[in-house]
Amino acid sequence: MAKDSDSRDLFPGALEIMILQSLHRKPMHGYALVKHIKSVSDNLLQIEEGSLYPALQRLLREGLLDSEEGISAKGRPTRIYRVTAAGLHHLEKEMQSFEKMYAGIARVLAFSRT
Amino acid sequence: MQVLSRLFGRSRRYSDIDVSIREHISERADELVEEGMPRAKAEQAARREFGNLALIRQHSREQWQWRALESFLADLKFTIRRLRKSPAFAITVLLTLAIGIGANTAVFSVVDGVLLKPLPYPDANRLVALWLDAPGAAGLSNFEEGLRLSPSLYFTFADHNHTFQSLGVWVSGELNVTGLAQPEQAHALWISDGILQTLDVPPVAGRWFSAQDQDPKGAKTVMLSYGYWQRHFGGDRGVIGTSIQLDSQTREIVGIMPRGFRVLDREFDLLVPLAFDRGKLILAGFGYNGIGRLKPGVSIPQANADVSRLIETWMHSYSNGPGTNPFFYRNWRINPEFRPLKQQVVGQVSKVLWVVMATVGLVMLIACVNIANLLLVRADSRRQELSIRAALGAGRARIARELLFESVTLSLTGGLLALGAAYGGLRLLMAFGPADLPRLSEIALDGRSFAFTFVLSVLSGFLFGSIPAYRYSRTSAASALSGSNRTASLGRDRQRSRSVLVVAQVAMALVLLVSALLMIRTFAALRNVDPGFSDPAHLETMRMFIPDLLVTDPVQVTRLQNEIADKIAAIPGVTSVGFSAALPMAGDDPNWDEFGAEGKHYAGGDPPLRLFNYVAPGYFHTLGTRIVAGRDFTWSDIYNFNQYIIVSENFARENWGSAAAAIGKRGRQFTNSPWQVVIGVVQDVRHNGVDEKPPVTIYWPTMLMSPYTRPPSTDSQRAISFAIRTNRAGNESLVADVQRAVWSINGSLPIANPGTMQEIYSKSMERTSFTLAMLAIAGSMALSLGIIGIYGVISYAVAQRTREMGIRLALGAPKHELKWMFVRSALMLTGVGVGIGMVAAAALTQSMKSLLYGISPLDPITYFTVPLVLAFAAILASYLPARRAASINPVEALRVD
Repeated sequence: MAKDSDSRDLFPGALEIMILQSLHRKPMHGYALVKHIKSVSDNLLQIEEGSLYPALQRLLREGLLDSEEGISAKGRPTRIYRVTAAGLHHLEKEMQSFEKMYAGIARVLAFSRT
Repeated sequence: MQVLSRLFGRSRRYSDIDVSIREHISERADELVEEGMPRAKAEQAARREFGNLALIRQHSREQWQWRALESFLADLKFTIRRLRKSPAFAITVLLTLAIGIGANTAVFSVVDGVLLKPLPYPDANRLVALWLDAPGAAGLSNFEEGLRLSPSLYFTFADHNHTFQSLGVWVSGELNVTGLAQPEQAHALWISDGILQTLDVPPVAGRWFSAQDQDPKGAKTVMLSYGYWQRHFGGDRGVIGTSIQLDSQTREIVGIMPRGFRVLDREFDLLVPLAFDRGKLILAGFGYNGIGRLKPGVSIPQANADVSRLIETWMHSYSNGPGTNPFFYRNWRINPEFRPLKQQVVGQVSKVLWVVMATVGLVMLIACVNIANLLLVRADSRRQELSIRAALGAGRARIARELLFESVTLSLTGGLLALGAAYGGLRLLMAFGPADLPRLSEIALDGRSFAFTFVLSVLSGFLFGSIPAYRYSRTSAASALSGSNRTASLGRDRQRSRSVLVVAQVAMALVLLVSALLMIRTFAALRNVDPGFSDPAHLETMRMFIPDLLVTDPVQVTRLQNEIADKIAAIPGVTSVGFSAALPMAGDDPNWDEFGAEGKHYAGGDPPLRLFNYVAPGYFHTLGTRIVAGRDFTWSDIYNFNQYIIVSENFARENWGSAAAAIGKRGRQFTNSPWQVVIGVVQDVRHNGVDEKPPVTIYWPTMLMSPYTRPPSTDSQRAISFAIRTNRAGNESLVADVQRAVWSINGSLPIANPGTMQEIYSKSMERTSFTLAMLAIAGSMALSLGIIGIYGVISYAVAQRTREMGIRLALGAPKHELKWMFVRSALMLTGVGVGIGMVAAAALTQSMKSLLYGISPLDPITYFTVPLVLAFAAILASYLPARRAASINPVEALRVD
C-alpha cells in the first residue's frame, strides 16, 4: 500500500526547523535523525520518512545543510548531515518568527478561553 | 556554472540518497532483530514502515531536478512513444485539432483586428462620432443611423462646446485630377478644421491644414495620402509646395499623411479643406460626418448633455433664408446621440463576426468532444496497464497528469499545425469575406493571435483530456485487474460517459445545422426579392463628375451628359443607356427632403422626409425598373423644365391608393414651391439593400429649378452614375470604349468605379452570403463530426459486446432484432441530443434575428428538417456497426477473449 505522503506536519517549514535544530545540536545520519525527533517529541509528532528525505534534499539544495560520507553505528556507509553557516542563520530567523507566531497563537487562544 | 554543476553532481546526489535510505532500512531491521524478530521478517517490517520506497526516492531526487522540465521531458518521451505506436489515432486527432484551432485562430484574428483592437489613433477611446437623433422628423426613420451635422451645426458645436478638445466634419467624394497624366478621378475627403487635430496623426512631410487653408478666400491647398504620393510622385519630398489641378482648380500641396492613415475607415487619395464661407451658412444641409475628440475624463453622456443645450443657440444664430422659420426644427426634437468612433467604424459587421466566432467555437467544442471520445476508447485499452501502475504505487494525480499530459501534448502540437491552417484560413476569409469588412488592413496573424492559439490549445487539451483523466485516475486497481475481461458486456458507467458525449455532440450539431439552414432560407428569401432592377450581370455602371470650373452653366452640364450618353449608346453591343444621381444599393443617397401630396394633411404640419433621386430619360428602362403606370421623362421634359416627377409605387399607394390613380396628381416640396405633376409610377426599388424595405422615393429630372436657392435657380446633377445595358458588361474593352466615348466629347473628363450592377447587388447580399458560407461549412463539419461520434460509440459498443452477441445468437435471437438493438440505442442518444439541441437552438438563434430575412428564428421548416437529417445520420452511422454485430458467427464470438 502506498502511504499518503501528503499528510504533513503542523505547518509548512516546521519540519525544516526541527531538522535544522536537531542537526545543529549534533550532525547525524538519516535514521538517527528520525529516531531522535521521534523520541524527543515523545512520539507526539509523526515524522514520516516520506517527507523527511525530500526535506533533507531540499535543505541540501538550498545550502542550509551539508552532507558527508560517514559510517553508521553499525559500521555501514551512510551520509552524515550537518548544518552550514547559512543554515544556522536561517534557523535563527525561522525560530524567531516561529516563536512570534506561537506567542500570538497562545495569546489568542488564552484570550478566547476567558 | 551552478546549473552545470548541479546537472553533473546529480548522479552523486542520487547515490547519496540511495545510500542513506538503504542504511536507514538496514538499521531499522537490525533494531527489530535485536528486539527478537527473525531476520527476514524484520527486513520486511522495516521496509513496510519506511513506506513507498520508490516514491520517497523519487521525491527526494526531484529536489535536484528542474522538476517541471524533467518530468515534462520524461512524460513527453513516453507520450511520443505511445503516439507513434498508433499513428492513425494521432493523425486523426492532430488533423481535427489543426483544422478546429486553425479556424478559430483565423476568425479570432479577424474579430481581434476589427472589433477588439483600438482604432489606430492616439488615445482612440476618446474619439466619438457626432450623430444626432431627431425623433420628430417624420421619415427620418429611413436613415439607418440618425442625422448628420450641417455646417452651421458644426460651427455652433465647435464654438460653444465645453467637452471636446477638438471636433470637425468631413465628406467624401471624387475629384478630377488633370495635368498629371491621363485625367483621372481620385478619392477625396473634404475636411473641416478640427478633423486632423481630432485624429491627431502628424504628417510624414509638410504640414497639416492651417486656419488660413480653411478660409474660402485664402490659398487653395491639398494634402496627399501616402499611397497617392508614392504612386504619382514616387515619394518625392520635393512635391511639397508644388501644385496640381483638381476639378480644374489649382491647389498647392502642403502635406503628406503617413502610410496607413485613414479617416475612420476611408481610403483616400487627397485631403481638401472644406473652407466653409461662414457668412453664407444656413441651418440645413445635414450631410456632414462629424467626429470629435473628448477632453480627457469626459464621458459620452456628458458630451451629449453639453451639446444638447446648443441646439437652441443654433436655431437662434442661423436661418434657412428670409421668410423661413428657424424654429421649425424644434418639431424635429434634435438631440445629440454621440457614439464611440469604433462602433461607427465597425458598424453592422460586428454581429456577423460574433456569430461566426461562436460558430467556429462550437465546432471546436464538438471536435473536442470527439477527441475526448477517442481518448476514452484509448484509455480503455490501457485500463490494465494503468491499473498495474496504480497497484505499483503511481498516485492518482500522477496517472491523471499523464493522461492530461498526453492530451495537452496533442493539442499543443495541433495548435502548432493550426497556425499554418490559420494562415491559410485567414487569407481565405479576407478573400471571400465581406469586401466592406472594416479595418481590413489591421487584420493580421500577430502576437495576440498566437497567444489565442496557445490558450485555446491548452484549454481544449485540458477539456478533452480531463474526461478520460477523471474517469481513469479513479480506477480501482482491484476491480480493473480482476474484472477486465470476464464480464460478457461493457460496464454500464464506462458506456455512459461516451453516451453523454454523443448527446452533447448531437445537441451542438443541431444548433449549428439549424443556424446554417436559417441562413440558407434567408439567402433563398433574399434571392426571391425583386430588387427593382433586372439582369444585373448585364448592366455596366460607372461614375462621372463634371466640375464647376470646367463647365459652369448647369444646362451645358446636362447637355454634355446627354451627348455622352448618346455616344455610349452607339458603342457596339450596348442596347440602352441611362443615368441618375445614384444607383440602387451603391450606398449613395442623393438627397432627403420633405415632399407632400396635394390635399393631404400631415401630423405635425410637415410632410415626412422622402428619398430624392435625380434621373435622366431611359434610366428606368436601362435598369429594368418597371414603369407601373404613366410614362418616363423625355429629354424635352427636361430641357423645358416641365414640373414633372415620377414616384415610387409605395408613395402612390400611400397617397392615392393605386399606381394608376397617381397619374396626373400633384405634390410639392415646400409650401412655397410650385406643384409637381406625377407623370409616372415605377416599381419599388430596394435602394438600401435587398434586406431593407424599399424607401419611398421621389424621382426628379436630372435638371430642374433648385428650391434651395432664392429665387430658385437652374441646377443639374454634376455627379452621375451611368447604367449601361450590354452583353459586354464587366469587360475591360467596354470600359475603354466608354472612356473613349467620353473623351470624344470632352478630353478632361475621367470615368470612375467601373463595375457591373451584379457586383453591387452581390455586395449588398455579402453579409448574408458570408454568414451563410461560414455557417454551412461549420454545419457540415458538425454533422460529419457527429456521424463519426455516433459511429465510434456504436461500433465500440459492438466490439465490446461481441461475446454477448454470440450468446444471444446462440440462444436464437433473430439477427434483425440485434441490428435494431444498436440502431435503437443510437436513435435514443440522438433523440436526447436533438431535444436538448432544440431548446438551445431556440434560445441561441434569437441572437441571429438581425441577420435573418423573411423567416423567424423559430422557422418550423428548419426545426422539422434538421432533426430528421440528424436521425437519418444516426441510423446510417449505427447501421454499419450494427450489421457487423448481427453477422457475427456465435462460435467465433464466444471464442474471442
